[in-house]
Amino acid sequence: MSILVNKDTKVIVQGFTGKEGTFHAEQCLAYGTKIVGGVTPNKGGQEHLGKPVFNTVKDAVNATGATVSMIFVPPAFVGDAVLEAADAGIELAVIITEGAPVKDMMYAKMYATKKGMNTIGPNCPGIITAEECKIGIMPGAVFKKGNIGLISKSGTLTYEGANQVCNEGFGITTAVGIGGDPIIGLSYKQLLPMFEADPETEAIVMIGEIGGDLEIQAAAYIKENITKPVVAFIAGQTAPAGKRMGHAGAIISGSAGTAAEKMAALEAAGVAVVQSPADIGKKVAEVLGKK
Amino acid sequence: MNVHEYQAKQIFAKYGVPVPKGYIATTVEESVENAKKLGGKVWVVKAQIHAGGRGLGGGVKVATSLEKVEEFAKEILGMTLVTHQTGPEGKLVQKVYIEEGADIADELYLGVVLDRAKEMPVIMASTEGGMAIEDVAAATPEKIIKVAVDPTIGFQGFHGRELAFGLGLPKEQVGKFIKFAAALYKVYMENDAEMIEINPLVKTGAGDFIALDGKMGFDDSALGRHKDIEEMRDLSEEDADEREASEYGLSYIALDGEIGCMVNGAGLAMGTMDTINYMGGTPANFLDVGGQANAQTVAKGFEIILKNPNVKAIFVNIFGGIVRCDRIANGILEATKLVDVHVPVVVRLDGTNAPEAAVILNNAGIKNVIAATDLGDGAKKAVAAAKGEL
Repeated sequence: MSILVNKDTKVIVQGFTGKEGTFHAEQCLAYGTKIVGGVTPNKGGQEHLGKPVFNTVKDAVNATGATVSMIFVPPAFVGDAVLEAADAGIELAVIITEGAPVKDMMYAKMYATKKGMNTIGPNCPGIITAEECKIGIMPGAVFKKGNIGLISKSGTLTYEGANQVCNEGFGITTAVGIGGDPIIGLSYKQLLPMFEADPETEAIVMIGEIGGDLEIQAAAYIKENITKPVVAFIAGQTAPAGKRMGHAGAIISGSAGTAAEKMAALEAAGVAVVQSPADIGKKVAEVLGKK
Repeated sequence: MNVHEYQAKQIFAKYGVPVPKGYIATTVEESVENAKKLGGKVWVVKAQIHAGGRGLGGGVKVATSLEKVEEFAKEILGMTLVTHQTGPEGKLVQKVYIEEGADIADELYLGVVLDRAKEMPVIMASTEGGMAIEDVAAATPEKIIKVAVDPTIGFQGFHGRELAFGLGLPKEQVGKFIKFAAALYKVYMENDAEMIEINPLVKTGAGDFIALDGKMGFDDSALGRHKDIEEMRDLSEEDADEREASEYGLSYIALDGEIGCMVNGAGLAMGTMDTINYMGGTPANFLDVGGQANAQTVAKGFEIILKNPNVKAIFVNIFGGIVRCDRIANGILEATKLVDVHVPVVVRLDGTNAPEAAVILNNAGIKNVIAATDLGDGAKKAVAAAKGEL
């Protein structure tokens, strides 16, 4: 078992024929992901990487039955691409592109929610169900199959965390890189219950960062609803306070978003918090008992 | 990206947000000329730097004669202004804004910012204008009114009424205030602003509203569609090393510790700093080499890190996903030819092509390069190396 995606998930790629889209779609295909086609306007009818190219997401969904879209279009077109995916009935859009305007994501996410489409990202490594389905840019070989669910804001810390977990003799069910932009799709609070409900997942690793208050919300959720052990690391304990012009953002969230604040909230919720990311693997072994 | 007060006010004016008349100056003569052009009997000489708290730091002065304008301009131009937002090193003032004096009956606060939890803009207003809003939030949070605006419906009359009645404005001022807030919301949305703050928003003796101050920050990802705003960028307000780094696709922030860090990915870069700290060392910088690291960027990274005289060791920590470790290893070899790396360098390369990378580094046999097996091992060795124990 796993969450959100597995070996049967049919995936299309928006921005299929571009440089990034091509390179990573190739890697995903090699990993075993069922990429059934892609979308690039004006290239409909062509074939790319042995898969059909469509002009619109609607055409692609009608022809292939795809439920997930991996988005690689340039930043200025991300908003449009997400809206199109939602409109075409896609169930999950995984947005890899970095640098999408926040306002575009604001509108895109509102429409996605209205249409019942989940989103992951933007500016994220994507989602991987180990040894079944990789939708994103992570190094697939790091993710061995096992019983740990992983949620992370940071790309490279996702790899670091997964690598340590696997080096300790465990493995990954599904790992989700949620991204760290001001507006993101699925977050800890939506993913934690999915891992809680997944019979294969025995423990959850949660990697956060300074800024925002998603980790604080997650802590409150864990305290009330999560029975599986959670190991967490928050990056940025030593980061300097930003030289900002105003502090209005912090006033809105009601928290300064510091690492110390988040770590304390998670600890109070019964989460095993590590001070260094070098201890993630060891801590997982400790809470689960060495295999 | 942030802009100066006078630039924010130029944008405000375009949207019908009332601002006092004013002109920007870079010399004392120009300052006096501007005051003459404005006419009247009261002028305000305001330092233009990208930081709040200018008044308390002595960067804003009210002049009641042209002689005083000259005196204050002389005093403020070229001063290093220290405020609670500049850090102790302060900021050099290179421009002053000469503005007509305002008839102040009352001071309010008005701001627009993204509410990350609601995922929509929120307008904040307070009767406690002129105070730092973070202090108001801490002491009397009930005095801040927050109204979230769903962008799919836009700013409506009811949003304005919630704000105006929340502030307890008399009925003859309600309409004027709603018009003001509506215009400011438009400024925020149409320019992809990240943050707008007007503190204070002044109510004049005649009952009009006017933006006496203005701060604006913009979403960097959206600057591509706002060329007019991109042109307002003041490079002298940005750290020279950080800017140089960004030209090479590196993200760099100087800190005051002893161990230079070169890492791929912002999260891992912060995690590396945290680990160094945890092991008893101090990070000298944050440096994210990004996903496109090659010999030139790695060499540039070493060069920028080594400009800092406090650096006693460097920790290169790469988890290669898309970045292949053999390329980083070659980059390190190249870099040691281009830059005189005179401190020990601890290298941890993991992920894609890590074994090949280890062979490359071992065969090269460069002095000063110490191999590490994982993040914890690398941080420990870097801390020891900085203490001269390796």
